[in-house]
Amino acid sequence: MTISTGYNFAYLDEQTKRMVRRAILKAIATPGYQVPFASREMPMPYGWGTGGVQVTASIIGSDDTLKVIDQGADDTTNAVSIRKFFEKTADVATTTATEDATIIQTRHRIPEMPLSKDQVLVYQVPIPEPLRFLEPRETETRKLHALEEYGLMHVKLYEDIARHGHIATTYAYPVRVDDRYIMDPSPTPKFDNPKMDNSPALQLFGAGREKRIYAIPPYTKVVSLDFEDHPFERTQFDQPCGLCAAEDVYLDEVVLDNEGHRLFACSDSDHCERRRAEGHRGAMLGDAPSYIEGEKQ
Amino acid sequence: MTRVDGVALFDGSHARRRDSGRSALAHLTTDLPLLSGEAITKSYGDRVGCVDVSFDVWPGEVLAIVGESGSGKTTLLNVLSTQLTPTSGVIRYRMGCGEMRDVFELNEAERRILMRTEWGFVHQDPREGLRMNVSAGANVGERLMAIGARNYGRIRGAASEWLGRVEIDDDRIDDKPRAFSGGMRQRLQIARNLVSNPRLVFMDEPTGGLDVSVQARLLDLVRGLVSELGLSVIIVTHDLAVARLLSHRIMVMRGGRVVETGLTDQVLDDPSEPYTQLLVSSVLQV
Repeated sequence: MTISTGYNFAYLDEQTKRMVRRAILKAIATPGYQVPFASREMPMPYGWGTGGVQVTASIIGSDDTLKVIDQGADDTTNAVSIRKFFEKTADVATTTATEDATIIQTRHRIPEMPLSKDQVLVYQVPIPEPLRFLEPRETETRKLHALEEYGLMHVKLYEDIARHGHIATTYAYPVRVDDRYIMDPSPTPKFDNPKMDNSPALQLFGAGREKRIYAIPPYTKVVSLDFEDHPFERTQFDQPCGLCAAEDVYLDEVVLDNEGHRLFACSDSDHCERRRAEGHRGAMLGDAPSYIEGEKQ
Repeated sequence: MTRVDGVALFDGSHARRRDSGRSALAHLTTDLPLLSGEAITKSYGDRVGCVDVSFDVWPGEVLAIVGESGSGKTTLLNVLSTQLTPTSGVIRYRMGCGEMRDVFELNEAERRILMRTEWGFVHQDPREGLRMNVSAGANVGERLMAIGARNYGRIRGAASEWLGRVEIDDDRIDDKPRAFSGGMRQRLQIARNLVSNPRLVFMDEPTGGLDVSVQARLLDLVRGLVSELGLSVIIVTHDLAVARLLSHRIMVMRGGRVVETGLTDQVLDDPSEPYTQLLVSSVLQV
């Protein structure tokens, strides 16, 4: 199936896709374990989602609908260009609506809308090894994973509490998957960690530069690490979204001027637009023209 | 399966030891050695590290291995602590459950559990034994967290208590070892090893590189802790004074072989081998 671009379907050649799929299957079979794979050069720089793109390219079919988010937003450069990449090379339908997507490739967020069992969430991962900053040797970290020697991870959390009085890690917060492997959930905010637990959607993680793929199969136990007397806490916001008045969502801080004015708005742009279309109005929306209130791309 | 074995083995021994507190030695009869080496030989190609070394270490005993540089004492220590594989020979350790096991027949998981629970290793250079980029408290607490402690308050309490025992002020608990003097680092390393109530501690020239007054304090401290905790210690040193102060028995090595062994005072006061006589007489008298 050759698209007009002259590339194979979804850019990667079939042999490469089979190789990536094998890694994905192995990752699903051992939840949280980092499976090495022969990561390819992609037509984008490392750090822009080369791992996620390879995973998506390997699992996408012509009947899939793709959504790409970058820090929760569908409309940033990274999200737009990856969406266009697959429109061009795989000729698939794309969407910004979370419930319409069958594959969601994400950089650093999990959508606010609960995912279903028919969806796959693909994470772009910069540094897959949660123990990396404490133990620089790959040979040693592999051994630590193999022997389940995870005391080191708590050393990091201990240091946090000793220095800040609480666990100050707010993103890339380590989790234990299926009571076995300790995993870095990529730099998602810890706000999203509870959503990983027992999720009906398959979660795949691709790290292109580090050449690792790992996975959380559907309905798998994912526990954020903590201490008995300093339990894991989800990030709390003291105000609702300034645009759609949503509570209990992850907010981005937007600096508005030099006078210290700030806007806290939903990081999930699809969620925010949907709520505005439903008539929810945040304090900062004021008397904005109606076309902004429910604006869809 | 073997992994499970390793964990079970550790759980059982640790639980028992915790129940009986520091009387851990009480349930051990002393008619069996804690560690037993049999004809240990380690060669590096054509050159020899140590040759045909046999000895026993008993519970609560401090054994000093002395000799000049290159005599094979550090090689021997590294073999005993399973960091080097011997060319031939057998090393048996009496596990918490009382069973004598060949340490090189333990699988890697079991061996590593042993290394961070029942054993300790004090390096000559504290930078090798410490995590230099985390605080003193975390350094001491690491072993506790490694064996499953998950209560911050209690881990910190234990760290603070151990810092006190090695005479480090409590207000230094959040400082990194980089900010510590050499003597303090060495004391921190000792606390980090002893926090898990080990039964056997290996020490490689623990006073090397420290000035004399700091050495004296450290030796005093180690001597106190060893007798208080009933530790077995195998200490490698080239300094006969250290051996005299700390050890019950002494093993003199030369060219990889043990030339003389016996009670420390006996060997140092009345050495029978010419080499030992030479060694003892070459100590400067002040």
